[in-house]
Amino acid sequence: MTGDAFDAGGQAQSGQGAGARALRFARRNMALVGMPLLLAVALIATVIIHPNFGSFDLQSLALAALPLALAACGHAVVVISGGIDLSIGSMISVANVLSGKLMHKGSFGGALLWSVVIIAIGALLGCINGLLVRYSRIPDVVVTLTTGFIYGGVALLIMERPGGGAPAAFLDLAAGTYVSEWLPNALIFLAVAVCAVWIPVVRSRLGLLIYATGSDRVAAFRSGVDTDFARLMAYVVSGVFAAIAGIALTMTTGIGAPLSGTLYTLSGLAAIVIGGVSLSGGKGGLVGPIMAAFLLSLIPTDLIFLNIDPNYGQVIQGTLIVLVVMAGGFAAARQDSK
Amino acid sequence: MTAPVGSERGSNGGHTFVGKALGYLRDNTLLALWLLLAVFLLIIEFIRPGTVKPVWITNTILFAAPLGIMAAGQTLVMLTGGIDLSVATVASGAAYLLATNASLGTPAAMLIGLSLGLAVGLANGIGVALLRVQPLVMTLGTGLMAGGVMIVYSQQMLASQPRVPEFIRTLGSAKIGGVLPYDLLLWGPIAALMIIALRRWGFGRLVYAVGDNREACELAGIRVWRVQLAVYVLCSLFAALAGFLLVGGTNASNLQLADSYLLPSVAAVIIGGTSIFGGRGGYSGTIVGALILTVLTSLLTLLDTQEPVKQILYGTIILVLAAAYAQLTD
Repeated sequence: MTGDAFDAGGQAQSGQGAGARALRFARRNMALVGMPLLLAVALIATVIIHPNFGSFDLQSLALAALPLALAACGHAVVVISGGIDLSIGSMISVANVLSGKLMHKGSFGGALLWSVVIIAIGALLGCINGLLVRYSRIPDVVVTLTTGFIYGGVALLIMERPGGGAPAAFLDLAAGTYVSEWLPNALIFLAVAVCAVWIPVVRSRLGLLIYATGSDRVAAFRSGVDTDFARLMAYVVSGVFAAIAGIALTMTTGIGAPLSGTLYTLSGLAAIVIGGVSLSGGKGGLVGPIMAAFLLSLIPTDLIFLNIDPNYGQVIQGTLIVLVVMAGGFAAARQDSK
Repeated sequence: MTAPVGSERGSNGGHTFVGKALGYLRDNTLLALWLLLAVFLLIIEFIRPGTVKPVWITNTILFAAPLGIMAAGQTLVMLTGGIDLSVATVASGAAYLLATNASLGTPAAMLIGLSLGLAVGLANGIGVALLRVQPLVMTLGTGLMAGGVMIVYSQQMLASQPRVPEFIRTLGSAKIGGVLPYDLLLWGPIAALMIIALRRWGFGRLVYAVGDNREACELAGIRVWRVQLAVYVLCSLFAALAGFLLVGGTNASNLQLADSYLLPSVAAVIIGGTSIFGGRGGYSGTIVGALILTVLTSLLTLLDTQEPVKQILYGTIILVLAAAYAQLTD
């Protein structure tokens, strides 16, 4: 957000060549330029490793990436507002088991209705996080670590072991292909969900408040921003994204499972860090994290094609997080010293 | 520096008895924690009279030791303003390495387990101190890496049967003469060292100073990176030791062994009055925090309910305690 403004100024002042300008744009928006490049390289590498990469592989990639991408969106909003949400995985589990239980043997229309209810419940869980962070004076890391533990219990209470299901037509919303076998529904679902939730937020006053609060809470407060409201709403949006991710997980796996979401707390955080959202808040968007989610979902697939134990995927994921954050740190340090 | 947190505020605690009492507790937060522990004991005694006996108390200490040791490292890290989310992975991993290498002899197996702690601790310390990565991200990343490596390792180890050495089993589950838990022989010295080091030694001063104001420390010529590196290495080593005690107590090693200890390791420190922003708190509070959480677990075991309900209650009570503490001291 601020990066764009700086660039406009920089371009107006200096009359350098387009190449230099593009370079500077790339340096200032490393995530925006670097992420698609990295993803493209990873995709090309995948095709080289696995020459008959077909529409089926694309579909399974989209299915694997869909819940992760949505979880990353939830993480991103809270982190942009200057907070952290370690309960996302458990909220995903809650939404997953709720949908698996409520939609089981139901109709397509009923499933859609239940989705609305579950998204509202997600918003409620996020709201609880936000209120606790606001009023308890406990640091957000501790609050969400603990509510994550509690929500995990709630998920187990709703459904003790994996089971349930949803109407096939409903599952097809994410698992099938309507348009072309090269355009999995998961991609359309992701685009629609992200646009429906994020565009109203980011295009309104609320988006501005969230970015302002995240980049400098004191300055934002002194400029009359209701920072408490902004942070609360960020947690609510995060809960909404988590609920959609949980429903998406039901669509992609076909069942509800009480521990299904646990994984996404860490991988989602990995995706936003790799996707260029600064953990100190106020910087980044949702596009980077979503692309990072696809990148992270590609790694295990590629490892299988390379005949390497896919469990190394977790190692690579951890290494990537640290490397990307370090690279970001170095870039910031160099800019400071200039 | 450690216990009295808002002493200048204590005098205007109000004129009513409750106000005065709150003011007094504000000055003596450690006393408030002990009182809380006593309340929990009373509740247990009320629910099932005759439970709180010397044997029960030594059992509680036995079960609290792994958490207490893990939280010792977490206390150090939090006092410098950081957090270590890799402790559970390190504890499980170290315990698994110990069990799978038991055939090499107990000391060698312990060294192999501790070396995982050393490696992760060094990585965390270098990342946080020298490369300036946020502690949350760094420890998350190393936790993922170590967890992945351990999964791959465990798949290669399927053939050989993990075995917990006799010595570790004694340390983690037995009592000297049926009275004093063996693991107190590990926890006791660690606790004593932690308290003395934080209160008396230069290292302790540095830990508080770095957490209080990193920039000022750098300007004063303190090599902040050395303090941070030491703190993260110690934290991971403590986590590995806690893992040994856990595996000794359960006598069954798997890679999820210590997963449920991540939240308590953070919560014990927070409830014990150490600020997550650094520079404030101490280990004596953490000890009581670990005891409170262990007693809370026993209390929930007494309630005859499902596991998920216990999980929800446990989390809710942690939130309430942490919030109450924050209200009392702020």
